[in-house]
Amino acid sequence: MLIKAENISVVRNNKEILKNIDLTINPRDFITILGPNGAGKSMLLKCLLEFFSPDKGKIIKSDDLKVSYTPQDFVIDKSIPITSMDFIMLNKNIKKDEINNISKEFNISEILNKQLSHLSGGELQKILITRSLIDNPNLLILDEPTQNLDVSGQLSFYKFLDKIYAEREISILMVSHDLHMVISTTKKVICLSNHICCSGEPSSITKDPEFINLFGHDFADMMSLYKHDLKHNHEGRESV
Amino acid sequence: MKVEKVFDSFIINALIGGICVSIIAGGLGCFVVWKKMAYFGDSLSHSSLLGIAIGIVLGFNSTIGTFLVCIVFATLLTYLQNKKILSNDTLLGILAHASLSIGIIAISLSNQYVNLDAYLFGDILTVTDNEVVWFVLSTILVISTLFFIWEKLVLMTINESVAKAENINTFLIQSIFLTLLVIFVATCVKVVGILLITSMLIIPAATARQISSSPGSMALVSGLLGILSIIIGVYLSIFVDIPTGPSIIFTLTLFFIIVLSIFRKQTS
Repeated sequence: MLIKAENISVVRNNKEILKNIDLTINPRDFITILGPNGAGKSMLLKCLLEFFSPDKGKIIKSDDLKVSYTPQDFVIDKSIPITSMDFIMLNKNIKKDEINNISKEFNISEILNKQLSHLSGGELQKILITRSLIDNPNLLILDEPTQNLDVSGQLSFYKFLDKIYAEREISILMVSHDLHMVISTTKKVICLSNHICCSGEPSSITKDPEFINLFGHDFADMMSLYKHDLKHNHEGRESV
Repeated sequence: MKVEKVFDSFIINALIGGICVSIIAGGLGCFVVWKKMAYFGDSLSHSSLLGIAIGIVLGFNSTIGTFLVCIVFATLLTYLQNKKILSNDTLLGILAHASLSIGIIAISLSNQYVNLDAYLFGDILTVTDNEVVWFVLSTILVISTLFFIWEKLVLMTINESVAKAENINTFLIQSIFLTLLVIFVATCVKVVGILLITSMLIIPAATARQISSSPGSMALVSGLLGILSIIIGVYLSIFVDIPTGPSIIFTLTLFFIIVLSIFRKQTS
């Protein structure tokens, strides 16, 4: 166990934003949180990060937990002149050589000397995640990382994330609406609507009545279709 | 003004005071530009008149009065901003002009002769030896503190959540920054006056932005531009016989226009 939320509730303006949430994140987990707007997804992440303490329940952390976080809506103000390299090094105890190695690994060498404000949304997310990997965290928390990306940006980002997950001893907890993009990698999906409606493997979750209730038949069908396609390809490849 | 008076002690005092203020403004001004706090700085300096008034009425040093009132003002403002009852803009407008009015009323009720012009537009040519010591000490204090919190403050200016997640005590760092800003305002009143303080913060930083590629270089260039403008502005005011505060800001503005027309890169 890396971190555990035990029966946590959060009340804001007399509204229960999170209601009796139980969540355990273990080493090598890849959990995707889905949910409509205002479902408390970001709040749940912020409770786990201890930005806020829950009104009820508690957060239990393992001693060796090292968490890193990339927030929702990361935009860089044009008035701040800073290169990607300087941003990665900011407040970190790291040498330029080490960053050069990591940037080769993640294929971002070309954008290292660019101004942060000149990067595309996708490039900015990659820099942000590279920065967050500097301290070798064992849990990566991402809040809607692809929100400002176009479809090709999203694809390239999730490929990048897959690579990180495959090559590093890391767990990932992510809020994302792009279930179809992560369905092959994510191990567990949690549907949140102030409380946990349903959770499970991506293949089975789309058949859960609670999931269908929350997102409607169309979305559920679309998701199970993606899964079906994926299986089909997989079998196809095997038979060759 | 005769040329042999160029190095008179009152001019030297003015230059040392002005250079100190420019150095502080170079560092803090960048954050005011990045954090979009121009109006905050303006309101803070307006509130300093209340501090000056309290100092005059109660008979103690107006710099200390300014410092205390500005600290209360900054705390109150931060508290109300977090409450989110009013928009930031409205809140600043109310608090700034309320404290400015109360300050003026207090001064007029005190029945003492007060040269308001000196407070509104600065009076750098009357800087005393004691004040020079205060300028130098506060510069050392502000710059060394800023150096110490620099990386953390830059990171939380770029993104507060990222800073929080990296265990930076953002509340503490922000409070330290605001305290430094208050020290700057209390120091700077004498140099350019209440109405022009914000421009000391904003104009050099906005000019430096056009020719800088890192936060550190922007602060450095900003400080140098400030120093240059102080020197030119002070002598300009002596030789042409114009008010010194506005003369300094006018010089800064000229630099801004020249740099902007040659190097225009980004809007700040």
